[in-house]
Amino acid sequence: MSEDIWAAQDTNPDAIEAALRELLRERHAANEALAPARVLNLVVVVDREWKGEIANRLERVGRYHASRTVLCAVEEQRRTLDAVATVSYQEPQGSALGVMHESVEIDIGPAHLSGLRTIVDPVLIGEIPTVMWSPHGHGEAVQSLLPLIDVMLIDSDDIDDPAEAFARAEHLRRKTYIVDLAWLRTTPWRERLAATFDLPERLEALRAMNELEVRHRETSMASALLLAGWMSSRLAWPSSHLRLWDGRVAGQARNGTGDVTVSLRTAEQEAPGLAGVTVSCSDGTSLSLQRGDGGLDATERTGDGHEYSWKILGASRGEGGILGEGVRQALLRDPTYVPALNAARGLCPA
Amino acid sequence: MSATSPLSAADTDNPLVAGLERLPVHPTSLVIFGATGDLAHRKLLPALYNLAHEGQLPERFEVIGVGRRTQEDEEFRDTVIDSIERFSRRRPDPSVLEGLLTELRYVQGSFDDDEVYAELGRTLAEFDSAAGRKLDRVFYLSTAPEFFPLIAGKLGDHNLHQVENASVRIVIEKPFGYDLASARKLNAELLEVFEEPQIFRIDHYLGKETVQNLMALRFANALFEPVWNRNYIDHVQITAAEDIGIGGRAGYYEHSGALRDLVQNHMLQLLALLTMEPPTAFDANRLRDEKLKVLEAIVPPTLDDVASMALRAQYAPGVVGGAEVPGYREEDGVARYSRTPTYAALRLYVSNWRWAGVPFYLRTGKQLSRKLTEIAVVLKQIPHVALQSSGSVGIQANQLVFTVQPDEGVSVSIGAKIPGTRMRIRPVNMEFRYGTSFLSESPEAYERLILDAMRGDATLFTRNDEVEALWGIIDPILEAWESDTSSTIPQYDAGSSGPREADALLDDGRIWRRL
Repeated sequence: MSEDIWAAQDTNPDAIEAALRELLRERHAANEALAPARVLNLVVVVDREWKGEIANRLERVGRYHASRTVLCAVEEQRRTLDAVATVSYQEPQGSALGVMHESVEIDIGPAHLSGLRTIVDPVLIGEIPTVMWSPHGHGEAVQSLLPLIDVMLIDSDDIDDPAEAFARAEHLRRKTYIVDLAWLRTTPWRERLAATFDLPERLEALRAMNELEVRHRETSMASALLLAGWMSSRLAWPSSHLRLWDGRVAGQARNGTGDVTVSLRTAEQEAPGLAGVTVSCSDGTSLSLQRGDGGLDATERTGDGHEYSWKILGASRGEGGILGEGVRQALLRDPTYVPALNAARGLCPA
Repeated sequence: MSATSPLSAADTDNPLVAGLERLPVHPTSLVIFGATGDLAHRKLLPALYNLAHEGQLPERFEVIGVGRRTQEDEEFRDTVIDSIERFSRRRPDPSVLEGLLTELRYVQGSFDDDEVYAELGRTLAEFDSAAGRKLDRVFYLSTAPEFFPLIAGKLGDHNLHQVENASVRIVIEKPFGYDLASARKLNAELLEVFEEPQIFRIDHYLGKETVQNLMALRFANALFEPVWNRNYIDHVQITAAEDIGIGGRAGYYEHSGALRDLVQNHMLQLLALLTMEPPTAFDANRLRDEKLKVLEAIVPPTLDDVASMALRAQYAPGVVGGAEVPGYREEDGVARYSRTPTYAALRLYVSNWRWAGVPFYLRTGKQLSRKLTEIAVVLKQIPHVALQSSGSVGIQANQLVFTVQPDEGVSVSIGAKIPGTRMRIRPVNMEFRYGTSFLSESPEAYERLILDAMRGDATLFTRNDEVEALWGIIDPILEAWESDTSSTIPQYDAGSSGPREADALLDDGRIWRRL
């Protein structure tokens, strides 16, 4: 990967934008096969001391790099803007086309947050969607940028109290489209549960479900609640708040034909997200999915007592992959998140 | 049930599927005939790995390779590892690869050997037993076409073509026949064993993103439809140019030639997608019904017409990429006086209300100056030029160009003013390139198509009546060319843009686009 870099201290947005334009112009003039990516802008607001860590996470999103990433690092006491603009690219081979990505790091001070829109707006590419991610809070910056953005990237697992995390999600989703990384951590599980119950004989069992257990890393209760909320919303279960009971968080929902026990358990696990899901039905059948190497380990128990085990293949995306998926999802629209969020709010432990 | 509505007692659809990008695929055993062949090695096995990596394979998935080469399961696994490590679009994750290999089996034997099918039946039953249910079955025939009827027949003989409470599908690779008569015969032979909905004829071109984007561009934009007809479109050029020769495929190519290799399938499919009427829904039969209608509107030439609407040629020695290359007739395995065309160009008309009088020019060739597959829709000239001053190339007809390879994308040429004091116009391009406009890389066509076949979605596969319609267009040309044993076959220099004689196919001052 090659890079062209511009840097300035005590600068301003117009100068940053002009520098980016010039970097792109010069590189395109040097090699016409290089064209700028024009998919989406990503604005990230972070604490200055965590800038490096967040930059590393952004590096690991694989092929899902934003076309232009604007990283605003908030530094106590700072009153001026320092900026570094970078155009990165790989020289294309033969007649192939090469794509350039742009990034801007702007060091800002707390006093800039309320008017952050006036700093960021001139630096964005027009006519393409803008996504914002503010992993360290900075509500003032979010409020300032909301009129500019199309999508807000959040992580409900970042906030210890899921009720508070979901209240934030609900507040933001009334103002813009949100992509929740905690929800994306449940995607492979949702896909697998949907596939499992796609077989005609199992679809019937879905109506007879009487127990749903979700196992999760301690810090990922929001993900677990979203998965339970998804199941609840898809199957139209009336449910109520879960309670701490017998070492787990559990409660009852109603599944048309009977009660469903919904429970969440914490599990020892290094990676954020879910560790396993078990679905049991009144006829004695159950299906358990457990995170394992190279995919999910599945175990099915049938009503007549047989047990079958197999591996459902799939590589772990890692947290870099989850963030990349968040960026990609910003271009899509998922109609099932909001119902799942509402149901998850209803399940939040009282 | 609506896409997002929850389950009610009367629902038979799966309510958990709504909103998911990846639709479920039922548990499947995939049997690859010709598992040690080149297609399996380069495309199918790497595609399976990529599907596994992305978690897109069915929850229970077993693979059985069938081949004539003598080897044990373990040796077959080594071959699979080699294929994936060399040709996968991503570096394999060891634990996913290991998982994929765990249940991999190999059945050795000749395709006419009943014991192969008996062993296959036992292995499939074993997989079913381990799963506690009947798995769907997909038989992928990655073999020479002469084995298609034989294998289909044997599958039927051994009752492997149907399973209670599970689906059985057969996938066959092009060519679907050698001419119209053989295509009809092949269809009849397949249909003796399988129902048409079980048969998936794969043309990997249809799995390419750009080809599908042809439909998106036409039917998801109000911009193009008003001009998509004889009133605004002057002509269309479809080009499939290759900058390589026949390599080690003389045996296949001598038998096939340019018309069968690319025109009868890929290029006519592109033409159908470009010209068909909008389907009422994007499902297998409605889409293929529309393609069939437009293919049937292409009037096949009479034998007398062929000379004026079709041209064939062969590459002569030349220079490609700075290196001297032999002519076609000097290639290993090619007859010294071979009459097999390595280049074919056609002029076709679609005889319906929308397209009457619009010529469609198709050309394909090997050992040309560059590799390029594109569709160029050339609009008519504007009726009156008021703006133009001298000193420029001037106003030119707008062109909408879909590039299938090497860089997938779409460009529109428009007239724009050259900066300066005078009103001078020249064409400029508005470009859309997948690489700059989407975050994801396009999956390999085979990944999409294998998944569709396992899911039973035949939208991007060719139906039997379509195959026969495609051959119906080409058959008279083949007949005319193959019955002519005396006229000179035009030669073009390897590394050139093709034979000069091809220019004569274009009339009314039209010219071929530069490769």
